[in-house]
Amino acid sequence: MFDLTGKAALVTGASGGIGGAIARALHKQGATVTLSGTRAEALEQLKASLGDRAHVVAARMDDPADIDRLAKEAEAAMGGKLDILVNNAGITRDNISMRMKDEEWEKVLQVNLTGTFRLTRAAMRGMMKRRFGRVINITSIVGVTGNPGQANYAAAKAGLIGMSKSLAQELASRGITVNCLAPGFIATPMTDVLTDDQKKAILGRVPADRLGTPDEIAAGVVYLASDEAAYVTGQTLHINGGMAMI
Amino acid sequence: MSDIAERVKKIVVEHLGVEAAQVKEEAKFIDDLGADSLDTVELVMAFEEEFGIEIPDDAAEKIQTVGDAIGFIKGNAKS
Repeated sequence: MFDLTGKAALVTGASGGIGGAIARALHKQGATVTLSGTRAEALEQLKASLGDRAHVVAARMDDPADIDRLAKEAEAAMGGKLDILVNNAGITRDNISMRMKDEEWEKVLQVNLTGTFRLTRAAMRGMMKRRFGRVINITSIVGVTGNPGQANYAAAKAGLIGMSKSLAQELASRGITVNCLAPGFIATPMTDVLTDDQKKAILGRVPADRLGTPDEIAAGVVYLASDEAAYVTGQTLHINGGMAMI
Repeated sequence: MSDIAERVKKIVVEHLGVEAAQVKEEAKFIDDLGADSLDTVELVMAFEEEFGIEIPDDAAEKIQTVGDAIGFIKGNAKS
């Protein structure tokens, strides 16, 4: 089950904790992967640890020309095709709304939502031709529940869910599925910086009483990317230890 | 140049699964040949591939009939 041999996958934000785990898991299932992100050195290290069937194309998700270039170069690197697109790149610029600057709002929307739309649009053409595609957008629990201090991030992540449902309806007849995966609190370098008190407060809201692991997110991506998930589209898979049951 | 018309019609027949007799120059892809909006995008992609040309989005929007497609390609095709 969930064999991805012969599939070509592009993972954005692959230099991060969750993105790296996703890339490793897809690769382990047999896929060829292209790693994208802004930190070229971290991407090269990940590529080296994967060995064969791995490529790096660094790109900025706030630059339309760079996004088009990414789609083209990733396809070219993987033998002219792109079957699985994991839009995982994302940034935060947290601030309470009363103090949030326009640029903090705009930057987060631009990278997390607009960048994802642009890259998906660029990848769609080839997927339509080949009558196969898997688009997996990494959203967040806060896109559904909201979170104080993250109006921009929550808006972008909620936007991804609405966008994915629309794309899913447009593309379903062409063998392309579009789904979201919404992680809860996951142990990554981003959450390592939290104090013990902060972690305790978070865990008080998580029935599983622990943070999730990047591998637990990656496993969900592998499922959504698989042939077995062909009949799943427009959905959001929540992986959050029971923190929110939607 | 009639060759272009034949090649266009062949692509339309294959893509939309319609009878060749229905594919007249005045036939509209959506109203007469049962295409949906995604089909029209795919037809444009198929024309681009067959004739080695680029059909920009604003031109693609104006291609509504078989004749429109033939006309555009005649004006822009290299082969």
